[in-house]
Amino acid sequence: MDLSYTGEEEEFRARLREWLAAELPGLPPRPDPLDWPGRRAYDCGWQRRLHDAGYGHVHWDASPTRRLIFLEETERAGAPYVGANFVGLLHAGPTIAAEGTEEQRARWLGPVLRGDEVWCQGFSEPDAGSDLAGLRTRAVRDGDAYVVTGQKIWTSHAEVADWCELLVRTDPEAPRHRGISWLALPMDAPGVTVRPLRTLAGSAEFAELFLDEVRVPVGNRVGEENDGWRVTMVTLSFERGTAFVGEVVACRRLLGELARAARENGRWDDPALRRRLGGLAAGFQALWRLIQRNVSEAQATGGVPGVGGSVFKLHYSHARQELYDAAAEVLGPDALDLGREWNLDRLSSLSYTIAAGTSQIQRNIVAERILGLPKGR
Amino acid sequence: MDFRLSQDQTDLVRGVRELLAGRFGRDALRASVDSGALDRGLWKELGDAGFFALRLPEADGGVGLGLPEAVLVLEEAGRALLPGPLVATQRAAGTVPGAAEGLAVVTEVSSEGLIPWRDAADVVLGPAEGAVPMRSVDPLTPLHRVSGTLPAARPETVLLTAAEQVGTAAWCTDAAVAHARRREQFGRPIGAFQAVKHLCAGMLVRTELARAAVHAAAVTGDAAEIAGAKLLADDAAVANARDCLQVHGGMGFTWEADVHLHLKRAWVRAALVLPGARAAEEVAAAL
Repeated sequence: MDLSYTGEEEEFRARLREWLAAELPGLPPRPDPLDWPGRRAYDCGWQRRLHDAGYGHVHWDASPTRRLIFLEETERAGAPYVGANFVGLLHAGPTIAAEGTEEQRARWLGPVLRGDEVWCQGFSEPDAGSDLAGLRTRAVRDGDAYVVTGQKIWTSHAEVADWCELLVRTDPEAPRHRGISWLALPMDAPGVTVRPLRTLAGSAEFAELFLDEVRVPVGNRVGEENDGWRVTMVTLSFERGTAFVGEVVACRRLLGELARAARENGRWDDPALRRRLGGLAAGFQALWRLIQRNVSEAQATGGVPGVGGSVFKLHYSHARQELYDAAAEVLGPDALDLGREWNLDRLSSLSYTIAAGTSQIQRNIVAERILGLPKGR
Repeated sequence: MDFRLSQDQTDLVRGVRELLAGRFGRDALRASVDSGALDRGLWKELGDAGFFALRLPEADGGVGLGLPEAVLVLEEAGRALLPGPLVATQRAAGTVPGAAEGLAVVTEVSSEGLIPWRDAADVVLGPAEGAVPMRSVDPLTPLHRVSGTLPAARPETVLLTAAEQVGTAAWCTDAAVAHARRREQFGRPIGAFQAVKHLCAGMLVRTELARAAVHAAAVTGDAAEIAGAKLLADDAAVANARDCLQVHGGMGFTWEADVHLHLKRAWVRAALVLPGARAAEEVAAAL
């Protein structure tokens, strides 16, 4: 039970702080949320700066503690997060790093780390959401290529992506989990159509992807044919590990802002509101400690974070929604004004209990894989 | 940073769990419930094992361990539903003669004006004059009540009480899961149904969150973090006991099932020091 950092880690933190203080004032202004090419340029420009300063690969760093420190400090300093590089840095990249051939790693990892190429994710389908293994997008072998036909949905950053990490069915006869393969799809291939989807927050954060006889070279398959489910699980458990560090730091800062705002507008005099904020603060403090424990375990086992991430995500996603409900209470009638801070974030937070495995699926995972309860619905 | 338990800490947990399983298993627990008396023989054995002298420096004849180890030991005590003023007697080790050795039972007036085990205690710390007995909801925690100027809640007492709550939260999770795997209805274990499965998953989430909070607060010793840990641990213990009772169905409502004993103790620990509203206020004040 040691919460102190080593001298080396503290040095890493100090150097990073120094670099951030020097670098952030030179960043261009943040682009409009609806300006996708602008967002891509901004996010890739930031990744390039990180790369040039030696931080480009930090998400894949062998030391989870350094990842933790990096995410904590960048969020504290108000630096951008991964943005359009989310899939490349946190999904596709780690998968290729873990499962790809030497040639594949050489082809794809460098451009991700330098901010040259953007990836999106083609996993979910209209009829395969929580039941991802039910996916039906077909890939038929034709010489040295797969011919891919089907439809994907909830594909973030599809409009500006160069590559898509795509799950396809290569063996329709095999048991569901054993007939899936993982392909790198070039988004400019003939037969790829992207249709943006407008979210309830009003912006187009993700898209539908239509694939009509798209030819994908066999060499773009990562892992063995029909082994894509296992390859994918490496990626998904990665997402449930340290991916939320920055967000917990942001939530704790938001709580401080809420307390300040409530003290200013008089709502702090309401004991029910104070206690509500106190309860949320206790929860986010504990979530931070849970992250430190998960990171400690990942650090010790040297592996990818495991199912413990489900415990974290279950509490975090609900707590974050409650946080914005509390923010609305602090704002009063201003909570109905989208021009006020936090209100767009409140709308975005409605996806947190759904994206990356719904809370209901997370509870199944916790109950079956950690508690050992029998499978069944 | 390595927030996991060290090997020594893991060994300590195993040792305490084995000691309590051997000396205060289910039969002993139910015998205590029936008699309502504090087992002084067990108290002495706990003293001999270093339970009360845990944090007393070695130079003073103690075990010389810290708050993190105390939290682990009290979590096991909570899991076993060990009765008696454990936290107060541990606090008194080194100052009240016999406390460290388990020869004296020491209780104290809580910040909320409650005195557990007053009649069984050799020494009562704090302003106990005029205390009146209550019919305690917990058959294994006799309570007196006192009014007037009350002592402030000591952060260490709050934290160690929270640790006991984590023990109850963990016991309730284990008991609910065990029952859900064993009990069959509609031709299958009830744990295969999502309605039951999701209750169990929620219990684990509460336990792990509260445990992380309590362990961290033991390391930092920060008062606001301790208050937050108590808030989460109270919620984990009470809500898990409620859900555990629900998973047990009609059996859960019987005197014979142990779950009501955990629920009642959880209520006592929640009300004894820094109850929910006070804890939440203390965390909010630090915002």
